[in-house]
Amino acid sequence: MERNASLQMQQPRGVGWRFVGSLGAGLLRLCGSCGSIAHLWLQTLRQSVEPPYRLRLIVKQMELVGVNSLPVVLVTTTFTGMVLALQSYIAFRRFNAETLVASVVALSITRELGPVITGLMVAGRAGSAMAAEIGTMKVTEQIDALISLATNPVKYLVVPRFLASAVVLPLLTIIADLVGIVGGYIVAVYIFNSNPNVYVRNTTYMLETADVYTGLAKSVVFGMMVSIVGCAEGFHAEEGASGVGRAATRAVVFASLGILISDYFLTALFY
Amino acid sequence: MAMIEFHEVHKSFDDLAVLRGVTLEVERGDSLVVIGTSGCGKSVLIKHIIGLLRPDRGRVVVAGQVVHELSERSLNELRRKLGMLFQNAALFDSMTVGQNVGFFLREQTRLKPRVIAYRVAEKLSLVGLPGTEHLYPAQLSGGMRKRVGLARALAVEPEILLYDEPTTGLDPIRAAAINQLIVAMREQLAVTSIAITHDMQSAYTIADRIAMLYEGAIIFQGTPDEVRRTEQPVVRQFIEGSAVGPIAVD
Repeated sequence: MERNASLQMQQPRGVGWRFVGSLGAGLLRLCGSCGSIAHLWLQTLRQSVEPPYRLRLIVKQMELVGVNSLPVVLVTTTFTGMVLALQSYIAFRRFNAETLVASVVALSITRELGPVITGLMVAGRAGSAMAAEIGTMKVTEQIDALISLATNPVKYLVVPRFLASAVVLPLLTIIADLVGIVGGYIVAVYIFNSNPNVYVRNTTYMLETADVYTGLAKSVVFGMMVSIVGCAEGFHAEEGASGVGRAATRAVVFASLGILISDYFLTALFY
Repeated sequence: MAMIEFHEVHKSFDDLAVLRGVTLEVERGDSLVVIGTSGCGKSVLIKHIIGLLRPDRGRVVVAGQVVHELSERSLNELRRKLGMLFQNAALFDSMTVGQNVGFFLREQTRLKPRVIAYRVAEKLSLVGLPGTEHLYPAQLSGGMRKRVGLARALAVEPEILLYDEPTTGLDPIRAAAINQLIVAMREQLAVTSIAITHDMQSAYTIADRIAMLYEGAIIFQGTPDEVRRTEQPVVRQFIEGSAVGPIAVD
């Protein structure tokens, strides 16, 4: 009785204490997740350079990541380019600066929106699928089976997804840049009756190769991040269907946060 | 020298002590069955042999090598001597039966595809499933999945076979077929084996020796006949399947 009473005394009471407790637990979980993601990233980099190089698996993953994500990337970036032209046209008209719309669209898409939106869409489409697939493999002991067959799961499962994503994301970003700029062109030329030749000239006039390259460099980082976060969450999936579902959700949330936060630092680094 | 040795092995998960000083030996060519209640740590025990888990204290020695002291490369060399049948077979569901059985040969050897196909067919025939290479795991019954899992373990040509609950989830007829297969493997291939189960029928059929794991330690070892005759109260309650006795029911 006395022991129970002293235990009860130690339990924090009240909404405030519970809030602090859950905040602390959440922070600890976040630190744990960041640590395991960083550890997996390093392991993957090390395994990537060691033979054997499973080209067949890499190509298969490129197909899964690229083909699955392409439709949603096309739709989102087209509309992003369109809304960007719409917003900037309305704003710039106040200053009679409509000719700047083409440059704003081209620079915003290639530097920022192309890689970021592509990264977010791939996180939602392919990152969650990676977490769900690897999570299912974990809870059904398929990863233990891989290890028992003398196969390193990081080498076999993570490396192909990592390399495929790092290659496919820039390719998707090039397509996203193109369709985003075309989206802006459609709005400017067909809705606001801008001169198509002037629009194209203004697009190419302000756009430098470095703008495209830095966007593509960002997309390589985002590709690596999406795949590592997806795989790490899969490896840490808890038992059962709900555990796998939670891993897939966490993969999307963490990868999206990672993309948006790292985007700031990458931009600061590049410019 | 014993093929597999556990020396005072301790293993805990958070605050839960699962193994509390397990000491056990399996001689070459021997077939040991470890029995115990659900959740008593049988799977944890077997996963130490293949290096899926590291002991907190104590040593697991397989073929003269201390498992947790090996480098990854040496551990993978050791795993080439081990085959494991997982509880639910753990087949790779994105691959066909043939790709599952040939996985090790394809990934870890330089054998030609023609030779691998021959070996796969041979192992599938051995487990009574010839011509099923093209099927996917989702198209198989529970018993068939276990047999494919066994064929995949046999493809390694192991010296040691580990069976995790080989008959769990199967009807008595299919369980008997799996038991027969395990006995046949022992007789034909002369492998050393450890099976963990709570199915006494299976234990009596496949074991040379039976050990009981209870509260994290081996509390009894003996031949199937000695187990049948023992008066040890915990073992007695377990083999009789009685709800009354020293083993507390949750």
